Amino acid sequence: MGKKKLSSVFLNGILTENPTFRLVLGTCPTLAVTTAAVNGIGMGLAATFVLIGSNVVISLLRNVIPSKVRIPAFVVVICTFVTIVQMLMQAFIPSLYESLGLFIPLIVVNCIILARAEAFASKNTVIASAVDGLGMGLGFTLALTLIASIREILGNGSVFGIQLFGESFQPMLLMILPAGGFLTFGLMIGLVNFLSERTAKREG
Amino acid sequence: MNLSISTAPHIRGKDSVQSIMLDVLIALLPTTIAGVYYFGKNALLLVVICVATAVLSEFLWSKLTNRPNSVKDLSAVVTGLILALNLPAGAPWWMGVIGSAVAIIIVKQLFGGIGDNFLNPALAARAVLLASWPAAMTTFTMPNYFNTVDAATTATPLDGLEASIPDLILGRIPGSIGEVCKIAILIGFIYLLARHVISWQVPVIFLGTTALLCWAFGSNPITSVLSGGVMFGAIFMATDYTTSPMTAKGQVIFAVGCGLLVAVIRSFGIYPEGVTYSILLMNIMTPLIDKYIAPKLYGEVKKNA
Repeated sequence: MGKKKLSSVFLNGILTENPTFRLVLGTCPTLAVTTAAVNGIGMGLAATFVLIGSNVVISLLRNVIPSKVRIPAFVVVICTFVTIVQMLMQAFIPSLYESLGLFIPLIVVNCIILARAEAFASKNTVIASAVDGLGMGLGFTLALTLIASIREILGNGSVFGIQLFGESFQPMLLMILPAGGFLTFGLMIGLVNFLSERTAKREG
Repeated sequence: MNLSISTAPHIRGKDSVQSIMLDVLIALLPTTIAGVYYFGKNALLLVVICVATAVLSEFLWSKLTNRPNSVKDLSAVVTGLILALNLPAGAPWWMGVIGSAVAIIIVKQLFGGIGDNFLNPALAARAVLLASWPAAMTTFTMPNYFNTVDAATTATPLDGLEASIPDLILGRIPGSIGEVCKIAILIGFIYLLARHVISWQVPVIFLGTTALLCWAFGSNPITSVLSGGVMFGAIFMATDYTTSPMTAKGQVIFAVGCGLLVAVIRSFGIYPEGVTYSILLMNIMTPLIDKYIAPKLYGEVKKNA
C-alpha cells in the first residue's frame, strides 16, 4: 500500500467519514460524556486506543477468524482492549475514571469500533488498519472535544476547567443537561452538512 | 363582456398571514398594557427587547440565507411579544435577547420558517430559559401597582399563596407579565373569536379539562383555571395554527391532552406550573393526531357499509 493511500485512510476518519458528524455512530457517549471538555477528550482518547488495538489484532487475525462467528470474535478482542484501558485509567487518572464512570466499559458496544472492525480491519492490512483506527479515533476525539467545549463554555462558563468569564456570568444550565447535548449535537451536524455541501458545490 | 379563464381558487379570502398576526397583536394588547401597568418599567423594557430581538433575528436570518424578507408578516413580532408576556417581570434583559433569538432562529427558522416549525417558538424558548436559569425564571414579584414595596418577591398562588377570586381575576397576584390580568386576556379572546381568528373549542376544552381534573385531584377548579398561565396559554399559545391539529376533532384531542397534562403536572409533578410543558408535549403529538384523525374524503366508500 502506497504512502498516499495511507494518508487518505487517515484523513478519511477525521474529515470525510468523521464517525460522529458524518456517520452518526457512537451517539451514546457523544451525548452522555460531553458535559466537560476534559471528559470529551478523555473519552475520545480511550476509544482511540481501543480502536487502534482492536483494528490491529483483528487485521492480524482476519484470515483465521471464521466469518460465521466473526462478530463474537471481534467483541472478545474489543473487550480485551477496553479492559486494559479501564484498568490503566483507574490506576493513573482516577479523576477521569470517576467522571466517565459506566461509559468506559460501554466502549465495548461503541458502534464505531465494531463498525471499523467489520468494514475495514477484517479486509485490510495491519498497517492500514492501524492508520484507520488512528484516524477514526482522532476524528471521534475531535468531535467529542468540540461538542464538550461548546457545552462547557455555555453551560459552566469554563473550558478544560479554566473559568473564562467573570463572576457576573450566569451559565446556561440547559447546555450541560441532556437536552443541551442533543441541541449541540444536532446543530453541529447541521453545520458540518452545510459546510461540506458548500465545499462540494464549490469544487464542482 | 369580459370573461377571464383561470384555475381555482376563484374566490379568495382577505385573510393573510399579516392580517391574522395583526389581529393576534391587537388581541394581546390589553394584557400587555395590563402587565406593563402592573409591573412597571422593567416589564415594558422586556416587551420592547423581546420584540426587537425577534424582529432583528428574523431579518438577519432572511438576509443570511438570501430568502425573501419575512419581517413584514408580523409573526416575529407576535413571537417576541408572547415570549415577553411569558417572562417574570424581574427577568434580566439579556434573557429576553437569548430567548427571542432561540425562538426565531433555532425553533422557527432552522425548521423552515413560519408554518414549518413543530413547536411553538415562544413556548420552546421559554422552556429553554426555564431549564437554563430556573431561579430567575421562577422568581415572581407582586405587581408594583398594588404594592407600596418595590418588587417584593413572593410565592405564586400555585406555590401556596392565598389569593381571593377577585384578586386572581384582576391580576393582583404575582406571575409572568402577561398572565396575571384575566379580564384583559378575556378581552383578547373575545376579539379573536369575533374576528374568526381562532375557534372557541381549543381554549374552552383546554380550560374545562384542567378545571375538571384539578377538581378531581382535589384542588379548587375555579382558582386552578384562574391561577398561573393556563388561561393565557389556552387562548394565545395552544391555538397557534402551525403547531395544533388541523381538524376540529383533532383539536378536541389536542385540547383535552393539554388540560390533562396541566392538571397532572400541577397535582403530581415537581413543578408548580405545567402549562409550558403540556402545550409543548401536545405540539409534538400534533403530527400524530393529524395522521390518525384524517377527515373522510368526499365520496370515499365506507368500509363494510
